Amino acid sequence: MNVLSFRDVWVEYGDKIILEKVTLDVAEGAFVSIVGPSGAGKSTFLRLVLGQEAPSRGRIYLDGEPLCPEPGPDRGVVFQRYSVFPHMTVLKNVMFGVQCNGRKREARAEAAEMLRLVGLGDYLDVYPAALSGGMQQRLAIAQALITHPRILLLDEPFGALDPGVKLDMHELITGLWREKGLTILMVTHDIKEAFKLGTRVIAIDKRRRDPQAPHRYGSTAVYDFPLDKPNAGARRELEKLVAAEAAEAA
Amino acid sequence: MPRLLNVRPRGGGRLLLGLVPILLLVLLYLGASLARHAENPADKILPTVGAMAEQVRTMGFQADAVTGEVPLLVDTVASLKRLAAGIAIAAFTTLVLGLTIGLLPVVRASLGPLVAAIAVIPPIAVLPILFIILGLGETSKIALIFVGLTPFMIRDLASAVAAIPEEQLIKAQTLGANTWVVMLRVALPQALPRLIESLRFSLGPAWVFLISAEAIAADVGLGYRIFLVRRYLAMDVILPYVAWISLLAVVMDWALVSLSRTAFPWAHPKRIRQ
Repeated sequence: MNVLSFRDVWVEYGDKIILEKVTLDVAEGAFVSIVGPSGAGKSTFLRLVLGQEAPSRGRIYLDGEPLCPEPGPDRGVVFQRYSVFPHMTVLKNVMFGVQCNGRKREARAEAAEMLRLVGLGDYLDVYPAALSGGMQQRLAIAQALITHPRILLLDEPFGALDPGVKLDMHELITGLWREKGLTILMVTHDIKEAFKLGTRVIAIDKRRRDPQAPHRYGSTAVYDFPLDKPNAGARRELEKLVAAEAAEAA
Repeated sequence: MPRLLNVRPRGGGRLLLGLVPILLLVLLYLGASLARHAENPADKILPTVGAMAEQVRTMGFQADAVTGEVPLLVDTVASLKRLAAGIAIAAFTTLVLGLTIGLLPVVRASLGPLVAAIAVIPPIAVLPILFIILGLGETSKIALIFVGLTPFMIRDLASAVAAIPEEQLIKAQTLGANTWVVMLRVALPQALPRLIESLRFSLGPAWVFLISAEAIAADVGLGYRIFLVRRYLAMDVILPYVAWISLLAVVMDWALVSLSRTAFPWAHPKRIRQ
């Protein structure tokens, strides 16, 4: 089952082509890393999925439906910086998502449980400014996951962190991905990180270059490496298949 | 010997450094006042401390024989009422317009140029218009404060709201928030401390507009009184009144700072440099 599909997507600003002919599918439970040189259109790619921008040509589908060209609760996001609310305590930051979706009564318990899961159980009542960079990213992840998005978008989420903290965060996100069967799309400039975390690595770059007019050709997915790493989502699919076969046999 | 740049006074030294210029100024005044009075005991330009204390007693603690009211008290009440009304209306308007202009590109496109144009009009130049349209009563004085403060405060608040990182607005939307929720729960709380900050900076101009309006047309108020007694060169009344106005301004500023610190602790991370 594909969560996200790009069909011949182009992004152009006037005669400047950013992305061209992007066609790809993201399967449920995949952890897709997107790499590429800076300026190649990684961020544009993510902005498309977020709905911050609409393609000039082509179609994007989320769960088979045309993607709504506005950010919405079916897509969670963690940015490199500034994605937590400085005026809310840690707990309120996470409760926000539950409250927006009309479940006011459960908000506190659900948020506290999610924060415990990312290791912030002891920091419920502090403001984000009192947290370290790594802890703020843990908070941003908890905040994004509380609404159970269909796909989690990570935009250079660990780019600003110290190497040691980065490793802890890798463990955290891998653990959450396995346990909750998440579908993740991560943009990173760190190729090592891309291969370490991803089940699939997509490189975005220009296929052709015109030195006289560098903007005449856009980027597209030039490499697409599938890596073998089953997670809960893939396992669940497998179990479903086995159960279906067992039912047929019976 | 450390460089001057790195010398940081602390505790008592700091307090002393702050007091020295104030004491010098007071001494300078006392010296000049004594010198003038030695030459002319009836001097009115630099009154003695005793004369000013006497005026504080009659103006601030005794009922006037004709009106039966304590002048300083009725002046203060009248002025503060006008100030409070003007500032409250300005703050409310700023909140509504500043938030929407800062957050919603549609409103920014339609109202931004208008506010920018109004902001360059010198408010005092509008005062005659206000007097003509609203009469000489309370309304025109409150309106002058409102007209003087609001355009600047709207622009300040709108730019603060527009400076909220886009990441936060996107994040809120991915959590299911609509425009209204983003405005009320993301933009408004972050705008409030900035509004208080901008009110603090507007207190000075607010007093200027109030005293100007009172000087021109009023029958009670702090500005009215000092312009009234100016006719008799009554510096012994004017100086205590000015000191009293300054004290009121300091107390208001302090109240706004404390309000911001208690209500929005997140907006006041510890200062790094003293």
